[in-house]
Amino acid sequence: MRSSASKLSLCLLMTPFVLWIVLLVLLPHLQMLRVSFHVRESWDTVTLGLEQYQNFFSESYYWRTFVRTGVMSLFTTFLTLVIAFPIAWYIAQLARGRAKGFLFLACLIPFWASELVRTYGWMILLRESGLFSTWLQALGLADGPVEMLYNDAAVIIGLVYNGLLFMVVPLVTTLDGMDENLVEAGYDLGGNHWTVLREIIVPWAMPGVVSGCIVVFMLTLGSYLTPILMGGKDSAWFTEQIFTQFITRFNWEQGAALGVLLLVLSSVIVWLGLRVTGQNLRKVMG
Amino acid sequence: MASDLFCTDLVRRFGDHTAVDRVSLDVPAGTFFSILGPSGCGKTTLLRLLAGFDRPDSGEIQIRGARMNDVPPNKRPVNMVFQHLALFPTMSVGDNIGYGLRRQKVPAAERTRKIARVLEQVGLPGLEDRNPQQLSGGQRQRVALARCLVLEPTLLLLDEPLGALDLKLREQMKVELKHLQKAFGTTFVYITHDQSEAMVMSDQVAVMRQGRFDQVAAPETLYRNPATPFVAGFVGDNNRLSGDVISVDGDLVRLRLQSGEEVAGRIAGEGIATGRRADLFIRPESLVMNGAVPDGYSRMQATVTTTLFDGANSRIEAGVADQTIFARLPQDGSVSNLSPDSAIQLGWDPQGATVFAGEPV
Repeated sequence: MRSSASKLSLCLLMTPFVLWIVLLVLLPHLQMLRVSFHVRESWDTVTLGLEQYQNFFSESYYWRTFVRTGVMSLFTTFLTLVIAFPIAWYIAQLARGRAKGFLFLACLIPFWASELVRTYGWMILLRESGLFSTWLQALGLADGPVEMLYNDAAVIIGLVYNGLLFMVVPLVTTLDGMDENLVEAGYDLGGNHWTVLREIIVPWAMPGVVSGCIVVFMLTLGSYLTPILMGGKDSAWFTEQIFTQFITRFNWEQGAALGVLLLVLSSVIVWLGLRVTGQNLRKVMG
Repeated sequence: MASDLFCTDLVRRFGDHTAVDRVSLDVPAGTFFSILGPSGCGKTTLLRLLAGFDRPDSGEIQIRGARMNDVPPNKRPVNMVFQHLALFPTMSVGDNIGYGLRRQKVPAAERTRKIARVLEQVGLPGLEDRNPQQLSGGQRQRVALARCLVLEPTLLLLDEPLGALDLKLREQMKVELKHLQKAFGTTFVYITHDQSEAMVMSDQVAVMRQGRFDQVAAPETLYRNPATPFVAGFVGDNNRLSGDVISVDGDLVRLRLQSGEEVAGRIAGEGIATGRRADLFIRPESLVMNGAVPDGYSRMQATVTTTLFDGANSRIEAGVADQTIFARLPQDGSVSNLSPDSAIQLGWDPQGATVFAGEPV
């Protein structure tokens, strides 16, 4: 009686989770995987084949965008980490009481607006007739209007800004639990700032670093709005290719293949990241 | 003997609060120096000044004659054992000990040799590859010591490292620390609020209160000749009897207690004069009972409240007027059958009791 009741409650608890995983994660991806191997022979006949993947490798525009997106995402993640670490250190170890909560909130505030609005905010600052351009001219540092949008740097600025919170939160969580005596002991035994950071603080923060990096990397790799709005002609993002295939060209087979490739890329890089840092998912995700 | 640590008039203020107030100290090389005081007396602040984690507002710190005020902690010939040890959890025992050696650019082969040797010296041979989390409390303690001692510092600072251990282990580590200090010959500066730790291990003890040193002396001197009523009450067990001074005769003074009894003790502090209030301190083991009180001893009547049996440390609790007094029971069993509420005569050698001017009420 009792065991059947607990079984029932377990089933009820698990149902939404299982439904979510199966319906929203597993099925669409399996379907996508299947579609990616379709080769359309005429308007109503379909055979299986590798044509979509061959297209990807033979068409240099595809794989160049693919590699570019991967590399820029890695760089963005690294930059986000470098910027977020001191912020997180300050919030976790140096700020006290009310300041701590306030700073945390300050990191959160930008996320009350949508990604679209946040990106437009950056565009207001960076465009040719924007604030920075005006200031540079007023200070006499530039002769004419300066266009700072529509290049890779602008895209990276936008992406770093979008990812910052997701890096700061796990870092603050891990650094918060660190005994400040560890840092003092690091200095006391003869370490300088650099060795204390490298040998004591970073190893301690590693689970937070890795989990923050995974989240930011995945967000960046799969982001769509920021690269489109802030990037130029030459800064195509791989998600744009997928969008184009699905929506503009109505070539679902090719779009599906590109989607699968993006998934493979992110999985491989996350796996490599975990291997290199000697962490595992269970430790990182708590 | 040359002094390893020499401080003059150290002051450290936090806002209005003076945590360390004109402290001077002189620790000879190779000795075990303890700073003993209740929590909040400023001893941790003082230790942090010595380690370099904090700067004094004024005063001077010298280690082996070199001024240390502006030297950062990683450049001082000083290492510290933290209260919670602060072993690096992401490193093995060997790497914890090797951390400081790597900072000194000791070659790898020599490093391995030194780590093995120091682990042997602290009684943990072959544990290099363990994680600190896998060790017991006492073992972690030794690793923390080894991590500092392997660097051969001039001065080792210890911030109540035994506090987290259970009683039995603490007793054992006390003795062991003293032996290790002798074996390594390093100067130890040890802070604690536990007077027994300070007494057992130290060559010199400084009793600290409200940012100042009340007395700096060998443990036995502290015990027999306390310089202030605070030291008399804080170091070892002591009974305190308050009364009015009725006569002063050389170094002896007679007091009248509230109960009307007249007792005598040795003057140990300033400001004692006829008619003033004074406190007499007498240790439980200096009290003799009933028939055993010899002539010339000061004596008084008390009422037994209860007997506290604790082996060699058995005592009786007795009341004199509204004051409580403890007396050690003789080991030969000569005093027995002390039932509650029975009257007892207590006596002591006036030279063994110390009298200080009463604190202004």
